[in-house]
Amino acid sequence: MTTPKPKLHGNVWQEVASSAEFKELQRAKLRIVVPATLFFIIYYFALPILVGYAPSIMERKVFGYVNLAYVFALSQFFVAWAIAAIYLRAATRFDAMSKAIINKVEQR
Amino acid sequence: MIALVIFLMFVGATLGITWWASRRSRGTTAYFAANRQITAWQNGFAVAGDYMSAASFLGIAGIIAFQGYDGFMYSVGWLVAYLTVLLIVAEPLRNAGKYTMADVLAYRLSPRPVRAMASLSTLVVSTFYMIAQMVGAGALVAILLKGVSYNVAVTGVGILMVIYVVFGGMLATTWVQITKAILLMGGTILLSILVLAHFGFSFTSFFNAVGNVTYTEGGRTVVQDFMKPGLRFKPPYGALDLISLGMALIFGTAGLPHILVRFYTVPDAKTARISVVWAMGLIGAFYIMTTFLGFGAATIVGRDVIAVNGGTNMSAPLLAKQLGGEIFFGFISAIAFATILAVVAGLTISASTSFAHDFFTNVIHHGKEKKPGEEVRVARIAAFVVGAVAISIAILLGPTANVAFLVALAFAVAASANLPVIVLSLFWRRFNTSGAVAGLATGLAASLTLILVSPSIMGANRALFPLENPGIVSIPVGFLGAIVATLLTREPSAEQKFDELRVRAQTGLGAER
Repeated sequence: MTTPKPKLHGNVWQEVASSAEFKELQRAKLRIVVPATLFFIIYYFALPILVGYAPSIMERKVFGYVNLAYVFALSQFFVAWAIAAIYLRAATRFDAMSKAIINKVEQR
Repeated sequence: MIALVIFLMFVGATLGITWWASRRSRGTTAYFAANRQITAWQNGFAVAGDYMSAASFLGIAGIIAFQGYDGFMYSVGWLVAYLTVLLIVAEPLRNAGKYTMADVLAYRLSPRPVRAMASLSTLVVSTFYMIAQMVGAGALVAILLKGVSYNVAVTGVGILMVIYVVFGGMLATTWVQITKAILLMGGTILLSILVLAHFGFSFTSFFNAVGNVTYTEGGRTVVQDFMKPGLRFKPPYGALDLISLGMALIFGTAGLPHILVRFYTVPDAKTARISVVWAMGLIGAFYIMTTFLGFGAATIVGRDVIAVNGGTNMSAPLLAKQLGGEIFFGFISAIAFATILAVVAGLTISASTSFAHDFFTNVIHHGKEKKPGEEVRVARIAAFVVGAVAISIAILLGPTANVAFLVALAFAVAASANLPVIVLSLFWRRFNTSGAVAGLATGLAASLTLILVSPSIMGANRALFPLENPGIVSIPVGFLGAIVATLLTREPSAEQKFDELRVRAQTGLGAER
């Protein structure tokens, strides 16, 4: 079921794209998404790189037979969940900003 | 026997779901996108059910049981990959597209060449992935259900997935995946608890056992620390292969067509986002528990027993048998089979949707349905053809075929062909049609070629390319192809329409409802 779309012809898209509100939304998103992406990529690839090229460090026992390699691998899960939680929180603000932009267009 | 009963109950339930869904799937959006009425938790479970394949449940448990820690590396990558989906792809895709991945690419680029290439790439990824699942299912059933032959099992899986998709569309597929996810999580939690109970709920004695796994190799008894990395990925190329695998997982998941189409089934981008987080909770919990499944099989059942009772893939079912007897063995085996069914149903609907929506309507008929309901009818016929082709190839390959490379290939193609063009089309104003077509083509060609000359196909000694996972080379090649071809040409209309795509993708203004 498609509801009729708001009138989006003409220069609406360009106007929104150059509006202060949209630029602020873009900046706010980038401030979260870019560092989060860089961090998780670096943190993730550190695991195969260290396990592959520095096995002697990663084989060190932390407690019992549990070694650094396993602790690091396990930490990836919690770090991924933490990043997801941080993004989820930040995104409620993006939703409000997006809604304001859409309302402004639809009220014309 | 018990496995058969539980399995038949699952089949009965899913056919009931299909009958229920078929009465609600009227119209194109209902058929392809479940009317966009799926809620966040439902889609989260469905994504998890779509994603956690037999390779996860049986394959990972087997690799950990035989090669210890290195198998757990797969588990890590399969979860972390969802951050790419969450942070970069899911929301813009939901806002800018309609039914397929190609919708986003066609938004501001010349639709026909872009859709034709994207549809080809979707069909390649989905079909290869599906054949791997079906060969696995056939071989599994032949061991689990005595008296059912490989060919019968493969044909049965094929017929069921076609029934779900043809009659129940996306709604039936979604609920089959949700049911499977609940069963898989339940079975895995039970199995993990039984493993811990075996060690008196003491992590110390569990990990002590993992540190001293005993098995025979070349007639000698070996005691090996299974927490030690490097038992699978050995020098000289092991480390590089591990990194290459990680790249294919991290960048490939966000390019898997059967995962991406799931985000069109929810009402808006916000729901898509929350559903990814639901999926991450389930998928993460599952992959952490592969620790207990795999190491449990290594310590409680042992490599020697598994090797003569069906091999690596039987590690989890044999563990269940050892800990819970025949009934639990039947339960876990039936779950393994349900897992495969839900995944192949997802693959079938994404492949047939792409053929009908991208190739038939938009490439051949220039974007217009000639008769109402034509697109859905074509999709149903395509699902039937996809099923027939997958059954035939799986039977031709036979139960002993080495199909692991097909999954590696699917992820490599998704990461090298699909992901670069999705990202560039969403975020690079200058990106154009030549870039998209070239990116898809070079990514696809590079992954296919490198797999063909890899150790998986040519054997370890004669391989021209030393790695089993081509991602480390093919992903940069895919990006390079897209960027170079873009810079060599100009397409002002694509650049002009970038603002429209960007505003729509970021705010949801004008998004399909």
